[in-house]
Amino acid sequence: MDLQTLTYLVVGFTFALYIGIAFWARAGSTGEFYAAGRGVHPVANGMATAADWMSAASFISMAGLIAFNGYGASVFLMGWTGGYVLLALLLAPYLRKFGKFTVPEFIGDRYYSRTARIVAVICLILASVTYVIGQMKGIGVAFSRFLETDYDTGLFIGMGIVFIYAVMGGMKGITYTQIAQYCVLIFAYTVPAVFVSLNITGNPIPQLGIGSAMADGSGTFMLDKLDQVVTDLGFKEYTTQVMGSKLNMFVYTLSLMIGTAGLPHVIIRFFTVPKVKDARSSAGWALVFIAILYTTAPAVGSMARLNLMNTIQVGEVGTVEGNIEIANVPQWMLNWEKTGLLQWEDKNGDGRIQYYNDKNAEFAAKAEAWGWKGNEMTKVDRDIMVLANPEIAKLPNWVIALVVAGGLAAALSTAAGLLLAIASSISHDLLKGVFMPDISEKNELMAGRIAMAGAIGLAGYFGLHPPDFAAGTVAIAFGLAASSIFPVLMMGIFYKKMNRAGAIWGMISGIGVTMLYVFQHKGIMFVPGTSFLGDMGPNWFLGISPNAFGAVGAVVNFAVAAMVSKVTAPPPDHIQHLVEDIRVPKGAGAASDH
Amino acid sequence: MNKTAEQYWKANIRLVSILLVIWFACSFLFGIILVEPLNTIKIGGVGLGFWFAQNGSIYTFLVLIYVYTKRMNALDVEFDVHED
Repeated sequence: MDLQTLTYLVVGFTFALYIGIAFWARAGSTGEFYAAGRGVHPVANGMATAADWMSAASFISMAGLIAFNGYGASVFLMGWTGGYVLLALLLAPYLRKFGKFTVPEFIGDRYYSRTARIVAVICLILASVTYVIGQMKGIGVAFSRFLETDYDTGLFIGMGIVFIYAVMGGMKGITYTQIAQYCVLIFAYTVPAVFVSLNITGNPIPQLGIGSAMADGSGTFMLDKLDQVVTDLGFKEYTTQVMGSKLNMFVYTLSLMIGTAGLPHVIIRFFTVPKVKDARSSAGWALVFIAILYTTAPAVGSMARLNLMNTIQVGEVGTVEGNIEIANVPQWMLNWEKTGLLQWEDKNGDGRIQYYNDKNAEFAAKAEAWGWKGNEMTKVDRDIMVLANPEIAKLPNWVIALVVAGGLAAALSTAAGLLLAIASSISHDLLKGVFMPDISEKNELMAGRIAMAGAIGLAGYFGLHPPDFAAGTVAIAFGLAASSIFPVLMMGIFYKKMNRAGAIWGMISGIGVTMLYVFQHKGIMFVPGTSFLGDMGPNWFLGISPNAFGAVGAVVNFAVAAMVSKVTAPPPDHIQHLVEDIRVPKGAGAASDH
Repeated sequence: MNKTAEQYWKANIRLVSILLVIWFACSFLFGIILVEPLNTIKIGGVGLGFWFAQNGSIYTFLVLIYVYTKRMNALDVEFDVHED
């Protein structure tokens, strides 16, 4: 059976499965729509959270970033896992004890203020929509490869499917579908990793393969070999290259961690468990399921890079035969060329491809002596690496089909979870909570679905010109959540004296500083050409990249909130009692609507 | 807040502080700040600092949440604030 048919079959089968589950578990009430009726076991909840969490950024984009940034990409590995420690220790049990449906609801009650609730909704929507833009990029990449069309067409088709899928289900449907999606995506991620690790190092466990010697009998360790292969072509050494600077890496990691603990679609998960105890263990289970993918990713990234380099540089560097002939490029390169995400150009007209770092002046001089006229791999989109990996490693067709299905599962599950968070904050927090308290349950559900449709359209529009790779765009979303939501949640639980004015000004200044910084470097609402400082390293504050700035925004948030709360009236007594109450698990009933 | 609740909260804060120190050490300290000196120590073909940054920190996070869950559930019972 040829690859295309097989891919259609596998993807078609998994989609039928998701839709079947979504239909079987479709939401009947608002309670089920938002929180799955609180009847979800911690292990099941952990698995669904993991699928919700591991998006196109984790599945499709992250290993590509690791492949090209080496050690520098550790920020994603630590940042997107370490946040669960914060979530489990600092937020999840208390928010479950509080027992409401949404994050703005907690902020509105804890800070006894509708204004605080509205500000929280706005922050939440900004972060979630940015996040969905990142997903759309991933969905576009996956669909364009799957249907063998260009990126834009892939994106439009993907938008349609997300729409049908998210609007129908609600949280209950999403929870069960996401369990199925987790199984598909983790299987699809680990199977090729095992094959590739076995091919390269002879060790079937990727987590160990990365520290093993090459299987070619040379006795060289895999990472040493990779360091040598990339430095031979003028690239930076894989295991030591940093992302920006070490300060930038520190701030970047911190920003992703606290962003994790501030993202509504993850927090919302801990509202859906039966008990406070379960909220603690759910975070742990989620991280177990996430860690399976995250500890595999370094092996996938490094080995994909090694395979890619060896595909193009087939022989000794500097010899004529050392580079692959264009007439002989493997099928996977031709497949990806169709999507526009992989491009090459024979600059020196020798009928071969030279792939090297022409920005490295010293190496470029050497290359010129060999008759190389610049790097001929003119575009290698990082986001294609995971999807292309099994093809590069010449794995059987069913593995390739599986990976496409896994990528789609990852992107769809997260997009659905996020859209739900957006829908609930608009229909539940803005309409029912603030502007139209008398709205009927049916109309509230309808408003939620309309909000989802609007968010898909908006995210799709920005997805045509994403500000960064999928993982980079998602990192910006984390920065926005980190700088606004996390600090007020944490202070709301751990600092009894934090008051209304402190929280409101904290959120506004935190997200304000972060957005200003991102927009001045990436363009206002990411529109190209409107960035007034340019996305250039030398203009960065202390060398901190815009993607990493959320941690600075969070510090501003904490500082402003602390100062403002000192000079304004302390919170009323009943609020201080409320805080004391959420600190102990006893008496956590089922959540009430109002 | 009555006496027990106050002590419960203090015990909670102490536990969380200890765990967060370890959280910081395994990621920011070993994986970023001290990465070069640690990389001189090799386990297999991987430098220790690189390993902490890409694998070790994640394993440590798992242990941290496990310990937290165990300890907190025990504290709930000890101070009689557990759910029914």
